[in-house]
Amino acid sequence: MLILECPYCGVKAEETELAAGGEAHLKRFGPGSDEDQFHDYLFMRENPKGVHFERWRHANGCGKWFHAARCTTTLEVFGTYSAQTYEPPQEIKDKITAKRPGWSWREFSDGAK
Amino acid sequence: MSSPVTATNGAQFTGIATVEDAGLQGMITLRGDLSSKTLKAAVKAATGAEVPEQRKISVVEGGAAAWMSPDELLLLVPYGDAVAKTAELAQALKGEHALAANVSDARSYFRISGAGAREVLAKISPVDLSSQAFAPGDFRRSRTAQVAAAFWLEDGGEEDSFRLVCFRSVGGYMFQLLAGAAHPQSAVGVY
Repeated sequence: MLILECPYCGVKAEETELAAGGEAHLKRFGPGSDEDQFHDYLFMRENPKGVHFERWRHANGCGKWFHAARCTTTLEVFGTYSAQTYEPPQEIKDKITAKRPGWSWREFSDGAK
Repeated sequence: MSSPVTATNGAQFTGIATVEDAGLQGMITLRGDLSSKTLKAAVKAATGAEVPEQRKISVVEGGAAAWMSPDELLLLVPYGDAVAKTAELAQALKGEHALAANVSDARSYFRISGAGAREVLAKISPVDLSSQAFAPGDFRRSRTAQVAAAFWLEDGGEEDSFRLVCFRSVGGYMFQLLAGAAHPQSAVGVY
């Protein structure tokens, strides 16, 4: 059972209280973008074995959307954070780096060259 | 003129806990910036209660204010005053980015009391209801079996007494669900 802490109400909510919202940090390509960009925005999704970022909604609770960073192989949760951001906060990145050195996900990584 | 009735019309069941329809209750949903002074004053004027802390309910004689989300409160007022209080709130919050709506007739309201009350709720909700984790004044919005609900533990009294609010459309379901969880031979004895 996946347990995520809602950053808005501080509740340790279990999966049945939440609704999954797919991949996090998608950049929208709408009118004015070319077909390839729109195609990638619409269809291309990460399916990683390891670190992953997702959107979740505290549906049976405060009703707010938030982001979660977790590992798809071990179900370990690195942390949850506000939805009002374009990228994971440094604190979350550091937590992931501590446990999964060398991780990378789309344009985000542990920062090491 | 027809008189208002609740969805379960005074239903009652006693098992390991007593489940009863708590009757008509004025409820106002208030959304806005909870840190705003104007909003705090308006809540105080309408209910007599302070704006509650996160996941808390502040109860006073004849009114209460409950924390629903970072920008939403549920205000409890006497049923007959709900329409007037909603208008007063709207007046007091003019110019604020806020909304008050009277939802009294859109909700069902129950009381779960007795020695097995914690157990009845714990069976249907993914919430830690042990006495250390859930104390009087705590308020929680969650899931009860298949529907959304909010509940809190009332202050004082020898026995635990919970109040539960859910949508009126699922009021009948909620009563049967609670009654089923309170079946006399269904005690688990965890709490």
